[in-house]
Amino acid sequence: MEAILVKDEEVELLINELAQRYGYDFTNYARASLRRRINRLITIDRIPSFAELIYRVKNDADYLTHLVEEITVNVTEMFRDPFVFKLIREKVLPVLATHPFIRIWHTGCATGEEVYSMAILLEEANLLRKSLIYATDLNPSVIENIQRGIFPLNRMQQYSENYVLSGGKKDFSSFYTAQYGFAKFNQKLKDKMITATHNLVSDRSFNEFQVIFCRNVLIYFDKVLQDKVLKLFDDSLEKLGFLILGSKESLRFSPIAKKFVQVEKEKIWRKIE
Amino acid sequence: MAQDRVIKYKLIAVGGSAGSLEVILKIVGVLPLNEDVALLIIVHRKNDGESILADLISTRTKFVVKEIEDKETILSGHVYIAPADYHVLFENEKMFSLDSSEKVNHSRPSIDVSFESLAEVFGENAIAILLSGANADGAHGISKIKQAGGFTIVQDPESAEVDFMPQQALEQMKPDKILNSAEIAGFLQQLFQ
Repeated sequence: MEAILVKDEEVELLINELAQRYGYDFTNYARASLRRRINRLITIDRIPSFAELIYRVKNDADYLTHLVEEITVNVTEMFRDPFVFKLIREKVLPVLATHPFIRIWHTGCATGEEVYSMAILLEEANLLRKSLIYATDLNPSVIENIQRGIFPLNRMQQYSENYVLSGGKKDFSSFYTAQYGFAKFNQKLKDKMITATHNLVSDRSFNEFQVIFCRNVLIYFDKVLQDKVLKLFDDSLEKLGFLILGSKESLRFSPIAKKFVQVEKEKIWRKIE
Repeated sequence: MAQDRVIKYKLIAVGGSAGSLEVILKIVGVLPLNEDVALLIIVHRKNDGESILADLISTRTKFVVKEIEDKETILSGHVYIAPADYHVLFENEKMFSLDSSEKVNHSRPSIDVSFESLAEVFGENAIAILLSGANADGAHGISKIKQAGGFTIVQDPESAEVDFMPQQALEQMKPDKILNSAEIAGFLQQLFQ
C-alpha cells in the first residue's frame, strides 16, 4: 500500500494545531523537510489518514510528545566533521584556557554526542575542571540520554575514527565502558554538564557563553527564524566568543554577520564586536 | 514529451553511485545548460571534508559548479552538487534546502529523497536520470518523477559499470528512455540545443 502524503494545507493545519494547543511553534520551519518528516511519521506509525493524525494530536498527550520528537531531527554523531574539532583544539581551546571559568552552550543538542565530544576535548586540554557545559534541546526525552551518558556500542568504531581525525591521541575506548551493546561514558565527563529543555523558537537568552554550538539546526528554519535565532546567539555570546555552526550553514547573510569573522574555512565564527 | 521540442524542463537531476562518475563527467561535458535549466548531481560518497567532486566537475564545464549550502538559491545555468552527509530537498522552484536526518537506503545524500522532492515541486518540469550503482537508492524516487509527469532516463544496465541500481529501477517502473552512457549525453545535448 502506498502511504498517504500530506497536502500543503494539511501541514499548515497541523502547525496551527501544535502552536495553539501546545505552544510548539513550527510556523517558521522550512517546509520541505517538515513535510517529509510528517510523511515519514505517518508511514512509520501506519496512520490511515491526516484526520486520524489530527485526532491523535488532539486527544493523546503521549502521542503529541512522540510526534514532536519524530518531526524534529535528532540525528547526531561524535566528532562529526572531525576537522572542525581539530580546529577547535588548535584555535578555540587556547583562547578558552586564558579564562578563569568557561561556559559552553550546545543548543539543539539532541542526544548529546557533540556535548560528549566537546567534554573530551576539554578534558584532554585539562580545561574540563573549570568548565560548565550547558546542553539544551526542545525534546525533554532526548536530553535525558545525556545524563545517562549511554550510546550504542556499534557506533564507537566510527566515533573512534572521527576522534583520531580530530587530532585525538588516546585510545578512544578509554573514555567509556562497554556493557550489553552500549558504551557508558566516564562519569568525569558528565560531571560538568547541565541539561535543560530550551526552545529556540520561543525561549530567551539565559546566560553569556564563550562558545555556542548550534550545528545542523538552522537548516530546518526559514530565513526569518534563522535571523531571530542568530540574534539570540549574538546576545548570548561574549565578545571574542565563538559560534560553531553546521558545515553547510552560514551567518553570512544575516544582520549579525558584520560582528563576526570566520575562523579559517570551517564553520567557526568569532564575535569581534 | 521530449519530441515536442518545447523546452519546459527546468531542472535535471542525475543520481548515481558506484561506477557513475565517468558518465556524470560525460554528461556535464556536453550539456549546454541555458537560462531555463539547472543541473543537480547526487552521488553517494564519503564525507572527507573536501570538495574534490565539485573541483573535478568544474574542469569539465564552463558553467558555475557549486556544492549546495543551506537555502541555496537555484539559478539556471548552474551545476549543483549534493554535499556529503546531507539530503537535498527543494523548498520551491527557486530554493534548495538541506536535511541531515537519518540515512535512506544507507545513503546520505539519498537519491530517493531528492527525486521525491523534485517530483513534488517540479512535476513535469523535471528530468531525472539514474545511473550505475550498487544499491537500490533512486528506484523509488524515479518512479515518483515518472508518476508526476517528469521525464525519466535510466542507464542501460548492460552499459553500467555496476548494474544493480538501474536494474532495480527497471523492475519498478518503465522509464521514458533506457540509454547507454554515450546516448544519455547525446540525448540531453539534442534536447537542449
